[in-house]
Amino acid sequence: MTEALDILLPILAATLRLATPLLLAALAGLFSERAGIVDVGLEGKMLVGAFAAAAAAAVTGEVMLGLLAAVAASCGLGLVHAFGCITLRGSQVVSGMAINIIASGLTATLALAWFGLGGQTPPLSAAARFLPLSMPGAEILAGIPVLGRLYASLVGGQTALVYLALLLVPVSAFVLARTRFGLRLRAAGEHPAAVDTAGVSVTRLRYAGVLIASVLCGVAGAYVATAQGAGFQRDMIAGRGYIALAAMILGGWQPGRILLTCLLFGALDAAAIRLQGVVLPGIGAFPVQAIQALPYLLTVVLLAGFMGRALPPKASGQPYVKER
Amino acid sequence: MALPDRAPAAIELRGIDKRFGAVHANRAIDLVVRRGHIHGIVGENGAGKSTLMAILHGFYQADAGTILVNGQEATIRDSRDAIRLGIEMVHQHFMLVERFTVLENVMLGAEGGPLLARGAARARAELRRLGAEYGLGVDPDARVADLPVGAQQRVEILKALYRGAGVLILDEPTGVLTPQEADDLFRVLRALRDQGRTVLLITHKLREIMAVTDRVSVMRAGRMVAHRDTGATTPAELGELMIGRRLAAPTPLPPMPAGPLLLEARGLSVRDKAGVERVSRVDLALRGGEILGIAGVAGNGQGELLEALAGMRRPAAGEIRLAGETVFPAGRFDAALLRRKGIGHVPEDRLRSGLLRQDNAAATAILGHQDDPRWRRGGLLSPRAMAAHARRLMRDYDVRPPDPALRSALFSGGNQQKLILGREIERDPKVLLVGQPTRGVDIGGIDAIHQRLLAHRAAGRAVLMVSVEIEEILALSDRILVMCGGRIMGELAAAEADERKLGLLMAGIAQEDAA
Repeated sequence: MTEALDILLPILAATLRLATPLLLAALAGLFSERAGIVDVGLEGKMLVGAFAAAAAAAVTGEVMLGLLAAVAASCGLGLVHAFGCITLRGSQVVSGMAINIIASGLTATLALAWFGLGGQTPPLSAAARFLPLSMPGAEILAGIPVLGRLYASLVGGQTALVYLALLLVPVSAFVLARTRFGLRLRAAGEHPAAVDTAGVSVTRLRYAGVLIASVLCGVAGAYVATAQGAGFQRDMIAGRGYIALAAMILGGWQPGRILLTCLLFGALDAAAIRLQGVVLPGIGAFPVQAIQALPYLLTVVLLAGFMGRALPPKASGQPYVKER
Repeated sequence: MALPDRAPAAIELRGIDKRFGAVHANRAIDLVVRRGHIHGIVGENGAGKSTLMAILHGFYQADAGTILVNGQEATIRDSRDAIRLGIEMVHQHFMLVERFTVLENVMLGAEGGPLLARGAARARAELRRLGAEYGLGVDPDARVADLPVGAQQRVEILKALYRGAGVLILDEPTGVLTPQEADDLFRVLRALRDQGRTVLLITHKLREIMAVTDRVSVMRAGRMVAHRDTGATTPAELGELMIGRRLAAPTPLPPMPAGPLLLEARGLSVRDKAGVERVSRVDLALRGGEILGIAGVAGNGQGELLEALAGMRRPAAGEIRLAGETVFPAGRFDAALLRRKGIGHVPEDRLRSGLLRQDNAAATAILGHQDDPRWRRGGLLSPRAMAAHARRLMRDYDVRPPDPALRSALFSGGNQQKLILGREIERDPKVLLVGQPTRGVDIGGIDAIHQRLLAHRAAGRAVLMVSVEIEEILALSDRILVMCGGRIMGELAAAEADERKLGLLMAGIAQEDAA
């Protein structure tokens, strides 16, 4: 029992840690797409957020300033996306890809110019990072064999941003389904002309959706650089933005299902790390890349066959133009 | 019912003017709409009706002129202003979010607070009340996508009433309805009027004006040309006012001897991409010297049937014979082959598949016949030969302006259609397939197009015409097939057909049931 727990607990805890940035970014994509703006720029906004968080935290030594800087930087890029897609009615995919490319180059260049460490930020001290929180009463419960350990290192022992991300799932669901803002946001993504003729501004709703997405991407970036890691490294988001996009699609644009897919992808990632260097009899070193490719494969296969068709918001990707 | 004339008008427009670039859509429009009236606005397509209503609803702003609502001068900059003034519009293309429930659609923009729960209770009660009062019953929890078109339109009206519409504008509301559904709509409109609300009905169908309005205004070419009390006018007078000249009374078709069997389909079924059966086991036969009309509410499989017969869609089952030769099932089946074998096709959606919008008229004039040696020079297309051909077609079919270099998209609907029709008829096809021959075409153009179809019939060829316009079907067809839900509901000879019989069949009620 304890042996199984010894193996399982770290994997479960790692799953939560690895799923968090995916979850934040996938919820970001959710708010943007529900408003009708496709966001392939999740990756770039996370990267800029990660860099801003690490840079600000390194300079000030304050983790919260790092978080604020991440959100601000991500919102800056988000506004560029919004201006291009909503105000100028440009192509949303092209704008998103441009953001990813800009972010990749900009962060590396600025890091080199400011810190001169080969494109990294200086390693962060403990005060400049999000640290795992211990749950109240963990010591008391530590005596109980299984529960105690579960409580200490799975329920507890995570950084504040992990709890924030989890909390955002029911909050997002509530906002979308039960509030005036959510109703209008969803309508803007389904049939913007209906929103317009109801006397509500489509432009404002879509800007709001993109900005919410930017805030969440900023938090996700800060998490990667200042909670999961201890500083910024070149291209450190490493495709998480795209995996989050896949999680959002596989999650059918629904917060609850997005949580499940993010946990699944997080578990795959945790397993891949765990299996790194493990030698299988007859095969040799375990092919970790196979597991890393699984999220993409799963998305394609599950969407194609087993889950039926996922229905994106009807008007997502289409600029809103008043027609005659 | 109607208030005395001294009461301020619900809506008064003075000197409304609107241009879109070179198009002068509204010229110095004056209009008085009395409260508690159903006021009709008629005019041909392109007469400026929709633009005028869009100005009233805040979708566009007038370049000049004033709007008075209940005697007060009003500024309407956007839909929000219009809604505040109690002016609501039921659009031709519904402004409903299909994936939302009826309740959510009704609440959108009038939620009654940041959380939905409280407003929802109020909306539910109000929907029940309005439903009972006006005969507009709809399940508030049904998803709009699952509702039939008639019910969706009721949702649109409910939405307007929920926001307190004093003036309700309906833009071509019956285009998607069967005649029976249209009658239901008219009952609702009368109930609204009797409660003191004002209804503005925009239409190009004179039958509707005569059936339901109190007063009617006629627009032509961007101007308001006449106002009449409905009781003091006739369809003939309105028709003349609309087009500015006298309309010929419909004449019965000259008899034609039965020609050879030219097109035959047996058990023809067509599925769409999702695998849904759109056409179910359709049998039809078409002889030379005959026009076969296919009637039905839009979207009941007529379009798919037409595309299958034209070779644009591969049928799922059945047989098609063209002048005695089996063309399906056969090795090759596509539009190019069928055209070579004598099919001409004027597609339903002319902008999507009838012409090259961004290319010039000369290109549109050879579309589908680009391999013809007449405009080929050494394997390449000859622009000069194409232009000469286009000029000839434009002269013969009265396409204006007769300029082969003009972009196809810039012609009016009627002139685009005449060009396409010319292109197809010029090759003298054994069977001419025509979808919605006069959709978006003005009255003058309609007449010219109808004459062309009749001439093709008189030449002993066969014409298969799909149309949602019942008047057109009745005026041109020798025989009429009515489709509903992908099936042929019944066949009527022209002599025994009338609107009522067609309407019942279009609604899916078979002849035996109706009797």
